[in-house]
Amino acid sequence: MKILVTAKRVEDPESKIKVKPDGSGIVQEGLKYKINPFDEIGVEEGLRLVAKHQGEVVVVSIGGKEVQEQLRHALAMGAHRAVWVNHTGPLDQFGIAALLQKVTEKEKPDLVILGKQSIDDDQNQVGQYLAEFLDWGQATFASKVESMESEQEKNKVPAVTLTADGKAVRVIREVDNGLATLECQLPAVVTTDLRLNTPRYASLPGIMKAKSKPIEELTPEKLGVDVTPKIQIVKLASPPARKAGIKVPDVATLVDKLRNEAKVV
Amino acid sequence: MEFQLTEDQRALQQAARKYAREVVRPKAAHYDETATFPRDLLATAFELGLLNMAIPAEYGGVGLSHLDQTIVAEELSWGCAGVATSIIANDLANLPIILHGTEDQKKRLLGHFAEKLKFSSFCLTEPEAGSDVANMQTTARREGDEYVINGAKCFITNGGHAEQYTVFATVDKAKRHKGITCFVVEGRPAGLTPSKHENKMGQRASDTVSLTFEDVRVPVANRIGEEGQGFAIAMATLDNSRPLTAMFSVGIARAALEHSMEYASQRKTFGKPIIEHQAIQFMIADMAMNTHAARMLTYESAWLLDQGQRNTLQSSYAKSFAADMAMKVATDAVQVYGGYGYIKEYPVEKLMRDAKLIQVYEGTSQVQRLVIAKELFR
Repeated sequence: MKILVTAKRVEDPESKIKVKPDGSGIVQEGLKYKINPFDEIGVEEGLRLVAKHQGEVVVVSIGGKEVQEQLRHALAMGAHRAVWVNHTGPLDQFGIAALLQKVTEKEKPDLVILGKQSIDDDQNQVGQYLAEFLDWGQATFASKVESMESEQEKNKVPAVTLTADGKAVRVIREVDNGLATLECQLPAVVTTDLRLNTPRYASLPGIMKAKSKPIEELTPEKLGVDVTPKIQIVKLASPPARKAGIKVPDVATLVDKLRNEAKVV
Repeated sequence: MEFQLTEDQRALQQAARKYAREVVRPKAAHYDETATFPRDLLATAFELGLLNMAIPAEYGGVGLSHLDQTIVAEELSWGCAGVATSIIANDLANLPIILHGTEDQKKRLLGHFAEKLKFSSFCLTEPEAGSDVANMQTTARREGDEYVINGAKCFITNGGHAEQYTVFATVDKAKRHKGITCFVVEGRPAGLTPSKHENKMGQRASDTVSLTFEDVRVPVANRIGEEGQGFAIAMATLDNSRPLTAMFSVGIARAALEHSMEYASQRKTFGKPIIEHQAIQFMIADMAMNTHAARMLTYESAWLLDQGQRNTLQSSYAKSFAADMAMKVATDAVQVYGGYGYIKEYPVEKLMRDAKLIQVYEGTSQVQRLVIAKELFR
């Protein structure tokens, strides 16, 4: 089984994100970066599937030289090799999906696993676009019934399963009112939700081994993709600062304020 | 000169930091309180390759450079210095084999540490031979193809849980340091008896015991180096491990600094957060400055080893400066917290207790200064 997984470089949510005064972007200086946590869950699921069914996990990232750090992280977790699409300019979800489409057509995996969204822009679109561009089936928001403390999780059992004939995947999806099970013909695109698995830690031997795993360099030109953005970011702004709360002397005042000021009861 | 970590070093740092933050920190207070052996934390450390970092890759270890080991050590100690001491104890015990073992000894005595979780103890200190190593009383008597060891060791890390012991004993007390010889005792033979776990002030998660040796037999094949080389082997081992203990201080100090910054931003007196008072700003600035200075000294002492150079002077600079620095920084962290700092529900009094041990073990701050002076007049 060959699985292509993504590893987007995103701002570490633990660093303090500040919007530039002119609203053109965020202040990059001093920021830390990491692999998109949903992508990391995708890498983990890919590794579990390959541990069960044999095969190969190929990890792909798009960006400047610095995204090699995220590729190495996935390689240290156990991915077999990496594809780096070297591109430093602006990119929107159409461009990303178009590049991933070409990489997918080149690699011909059975399954592409992506994070449901990346925690920088939170757009939640690339997986769906990619499936559409490829004309493949898609199962978004992959999750599972078992808890993170379950035996399945401890034993690193993949939650995405193959059907008996091996021609389709069975995916439990998170939907608004619970979980829905879906079967999807292979090849397919799966996007991961938070409760699919807990990604393994990169081990020190894994980090040392990752140094010698190959990273293939591609470019949008080589892949024949025009990545001129269709979407333009006009302005970024910080959310308004939260106002301090008030204390009320008694329940009657509280109810009065909820009814007449907040108008919620 | 390069003053930034490589991509690989950042990856190692992140891996160790994740372990320290997500695995060690949530349980650090528990193991400090109960002074029980943190086997679960050490098992995870083993899975991640954090145990046995120094064992070369050809014998199944990770084979990290000295500089890389210090980068990892800071993170481990930031998580909990007691757990870090227990993690590094294997490397300390195995260093004599790594540095001076024969090919056969390395294969036999190092290889199995990569296969399953096992502990090894470095047994040098005795009740009458701490700083004064040459006063060693534990003896090794040759009988045919074996040596017979008798005596007592104290303050042995992981000694109650180890399945291999690197033991220093003298073949001739009259020869003082020239009689000291290094042996590896495999398993837990009859006659090797650990005491109960010492009830320590700090670093309470690390197991510390006394050991008695009563006619413990070791094959000659397990003697590391020649008879009388043990003192040099012990000193070379400590030259190698000193950057790590120095970096433990940095980990403690960084934890103290971070806690202090967080608390000082929240705690208000006289109508404003205490960080807006200059008295607190000065303390925190000193904490940050000294923590970083110790880190730089330590990096240099480890880098020298990686260049194949002698680092006795620089590693003693690093260890004594860093240990004394951590004690001061942790004490100041308690000061920043005020009365709350003295209470165990807050994290900083543990750091103060943990830091104290680093001024004492693996060569006291005073012995480091003796070494420094001796090196300067060499």
